[in-house]
This record gives sequence, C-alpha cells and structure tokens, in this order.
Amino acid sequence: MSDAPTPKLELLDVHKRYGERTVLDGMSLSIDDHEVVCLIGPSGCGKSTLLRCVDLLDPIDAGAIHLDGEAITSPGIDANAVRRRIGIVFQSFNLFPHMTVLDNVTLGARRAQRRDRADAEAQARELLDRFGLGDKVDEYPNRISGGQNQRAAIVRALMTDPEILLLDEVTSALDPELVGEVLGVIRELADRGLTMVLATHEMGFARDVAHRVCFLHEGRVLEAAPPDRLFGDPQHERTRQFLQRVTEAGRL
Amino acid sequence: MDDERTIAPARESALSGFFRQEGARAGVIAVVSTVVFFGGAILAVVNSPNWPRVRSQFFNGEDFVEAWPDVLGGFWLNVQLFFWSMLLIPVVAMVVAVMRSLRGPAFAPIRLLSVVYTDVFRGVPLILLILLLGFGVPALQISGLPTSATFWGLAALTLSYSAYTAEIYRSGIDAVPESQRSSARSLGLTQMQALRFAILPQAVRNVVPALMNTVVSLQKDVALISVLGVRDATREAQIITSRTFNYTPFLVATVLFLAVSIPLTRYVDWFTARDRRLRSQAQV
Ligand SMILES: Nc1ncnc2c1ncn2[C@@H]1O[C@H](COP(=O)(O)OP(=O)(O)OP(=O)(O)O)[C@@H](O)[C@H]1O
Ligand SMILES: [Mg+2]
Repeated sequence: MSDAPTPKLELLDVHKRYGERTVLDGMSLSIDDHEVVCLIGPSGCGKSTLLRCVDLLDPIDAGAIHLDGEAITSPGIDANAVRRRIGIVFQSFNLFPHMTVLDNVTLGARRAQRRDRADAEAQARELLDRFGLGDKVDEYPNRISGGQNQRAAIVRALMTDPEILLLDEVTSALDPELVGEVLGVIRELADRGLTMVLATHEMGFARDVAHRVCFLHEGRVLEAAPPDRLFGDPQHERTRQFLQRVTEAGRL
Repeated sequence: MDDERTIAPARESALSGFFRQEGARAGVIAVVSTVVFFGGAILAVVNSPNWPRVRSQFFNGEDFVEAWPDVLGGFWLNVQLFFWSMLLIPVVAMVVAVMRSLRGPAFAPIRLLSVVYTDVFRGVPLILLILLLGFGVPALQISGLPTSATFWGLAALTLSYSAYTAEIYRSGIDAVPESQRSSARSLGLTQMQALRFAILPQAVRNVVPALMNTVVSLQKDVALISVLGVRDATREAQIITSRTFNYTPFLVATVLFLAVSIPLTRYVDWFTARDRRLRSQAQV
C-alpha cells in the first residue's frame, strides 16, 4: 500500500453522452473520506449528470467510478447494493406523494434492506425529530412546505446510513426564506464528518461548508481548490468569468 | 401553511346540480322547459298513426311479463361474466403493462411480447375474437382444454379488454415523472419494487376515471357472448322473439342492462368530478 489512503470516491476519465451531446468528457475527480466537495459551474455543465452517474442512475459510456477503491461501474456489480451505500437528494425533493412522510422515509429500509418496520420507524422518527419534522411524520408531502419536503428527502437519503451523500441543488426550488433551514441541516451533517458532494448555486454556502470547490467546464473539472483560493484567486480565465457573472447576479 | 383546507361539501347528485345551476328562477325555467320538451316529444310519438303497431310489437305488457323470468335468468349469466372478467382483466392488464414498463436491454423480449399482445388484441374486433375462441378452440378437441363456450367467451372478453386496460395503465405509468423512478431506485429498490411501491400506486390513481369508463363498456359488451349460442339475456330474448314474432323480450333485456349501466355511469361521473375537485385542491 502507498502512503495516500484510498479515496472514498474516485471518477477516472468518465465519459457520458446524451445522443450527440457529450456532457462528461474525461471527468476525473477524487474525494476523500469526510470531505465536503462543492461542484459549481454554469447551467448545463453536467453537475446533475455527474451525481446521477455516481449513484448509477445513468450508465456511463467510458471510464470508471470507484467507491472505496472498488469499481462500481463494472458489469456484474449489484447496482442496488451500491445505491444503498450512496444517498442522493434531488432539487425537486421527489418524495412519493401517495405516502406519508414516515412511509417515504422508511420505504428503502423496509423494502430494499428488508428491515423490520418497527425498527425502521423508530430510527426514522428519531432522525425526523432531529431535523425538526417530529410533528410532520404522518403528513403527506403536499401538505407540508418545500423546506420540510426537502428536509424529509434528506432524512430519507440518510436512512440507509450512506457512506457518501450527493446533494443536487437542494435549495434552488425553495422560497428564499426556507433555504436557511435546509442549509442548516447540511452544515450539521458536514460537521459530523459525512462525506458529501454538493452541486450548488449558493456560492456563499459553498464557501462556508466546502473543503474543496470544483469548477466544471466542458465536461471536466477545470479548477479545484479550497473555497478561499477558488473564490479569492481563481487561476483560470473561465472560472473568473463565471464567478464574475455570479457576483453580478448577486449570489456571492 | 397549516390552514386546513376544508373539502367543499358539494355532494349533490348530478341530476339536482343539473337543475340548479343559476338559482331558483332559472331552476323553474329549467323544469318547465324540460317537461314541455319531453312531454311534447312523447305526445308526438304516441299520437302517430304507427303507434299502436309499435306498442304491440315492442311495448306489450303481457309479453313483457311472460318473457321476464327467462330473460332475467339469462341476465344472471351476463352478471357472472361481468363479475369474473372484472376480476381477471385488472390482473392480466397489470402484468402486461408492467412487462412493457421494464427498462434495460435484458428485458427487450418481454417488452416486445407485451407490445405484440396489445397490438393484436386491440386490433381484432371483440365479436370476431369471441367467435374465434368460442367456436374455434372447442372444435380443436385438444384434451385438457375446456370446451365450454362460456369459458372461451370469457377468455376472449378478458384478452381484449386487458389489452385496452393495459394501455390505460401504461399511460398512467408514463404520466408519473421520471424523477419518481430515479428517487425510488436511489433508495436501492429493485426495478420491480420501484414500480410496485412508488410508481404504480400513482399511475393507477392517475387513470381511475378512464378505468371506470372501461367498466361501463365492459358491462355492455358481455352481451356479445350471445353470438356463441350461450343462453344469456340477449339470447333468451332472441329465442322468445323467434317463436312469437314480438320484440318486447328485447325490451326486457334492454331494461335489465340499463338498470345496471345507468347507475354505473352516474357513479362514474360523480366519482370523476369528485376526483378532479380533490386533485385541484391538493395542489399546494
Ligand atoms: N436524460 C437526458 N437526455 C438528454 N440530455 C440530457 C439528459 N439529462 C441531461 N441532459 C443534458 O446534459 C447536459 C447537462 O445536464 P445537467 O443536468 O447535468 O447540467 P447541470 O450542470 O446540472 O445544470 P443545472 O445547473 O441547470 O442543473 C444538459 O445540456 C442537458 O440538456
Ligand atoms: Mg442540475
């Protein structure tokens, strides 16, 4: 073994096309255990695609993705087992509208992990309680606010005790006054050492919570650095332009 | 956001709503004009020179009473057919729809099978399918296969209606956003589990009104089994008619079918309207 520990997650020269359009073009990225990485970049640069590919929701065309040094994109891998080790939260919450918050949160545990219902519900109630949803367990998703939906979606992703959590612009569908509560939850998870990859347009939050920020351009990581350096002294012209535009839009 | 949305108690029947659209004065006008219109139409028919003949051929009280027991007995068979096909069709259709919704290259043959099934059984006229199976299969005299015409009539009804119903299910499945499937799979659920627990409950909910309309037309199409000579209501009526040359027995069968289908239709309308109302309220 070399001195460097195996990265938690590693993308090696990943290519992904949708029809004619190449979205990931030799993307390489390595993320350590307990690291919090933010992906930034203009709309359409492939942030969501990257996260979906890591969770094996979309197949990649070339390259490899490793989780704990094990290639999860090779044929013959049990994709469902991999997905249980990775949590993902989407921009639009995607809770199941026909189930209560509690059933939403425990579905994976009950069906994918075949855990005992009472046991899963006890864990779910405890987590929901901690994220301020203790009194919403029996509500349906369309009867609670967007922020509460998104917090429930995060709890749902945490139920399987994922080794890594992927968050795809989890605050951009929320009213401004609800953003804070969700960011608070993410910050708490970061403080507890959960490995996370976040696609985000919230530069202020990225600066605050991330250990490393990656600027994606043309299907690759153009520049990756700790937030102070990336935001304070970007090395690439493209990064500068992007940050300039974001600043003008008042998001920094 | 905690304002309780009360569900409007608009439980009036379709008919009373029909006469009550614009307040009391308009209600009176609606009633009067309805009476005048239909009363006039009935008077016109009853006073026409052909009426006595029509009445004795179609609306003959004695013949009606005489035909009633046999036709009612036959109608019992229609009811049974309706019952069994109502049990079978949703199941077969669901299997076909699920087969078609499976993703991935490995399932290509299964998807193809489902496409062929729906194309064939939606393409063949139901009456032809009933004749083909009802007369054709028993004539093959393959041992082990049932020879009852009723059985094969039921099979034809089920095959044909399942093809339509599978397409209804499929449209419901397609209407569930792709992101719902993604988030179910991301929890580690298998494709089947994702369908069963996340997608299908929403899909079926989407298409309940369409399914109920299918039930109404199925209820009538069970009468097609009479082409096999099976003694259902229509057939019984036909037998009497061919003996007496009076068509009142057909009226008996008509009344029986209407007695089921009109309440059913009213119920479907009511249910659909309520469903639409509840859904528009649910959007927060
Ligand atoms: N299922 C798909 N089929 C075809 N094209 C797709 C699909 N998903 C994404 N794309 C395309 O891939 C590109 C990258 O999309 P992606 O959603 O990953 O971008 P993004 O960085 O997340 O953007 P945003 O900031 O707007 O969320 C876009 O041009 C998009 O149109
Ligand atoms: Mg995106």
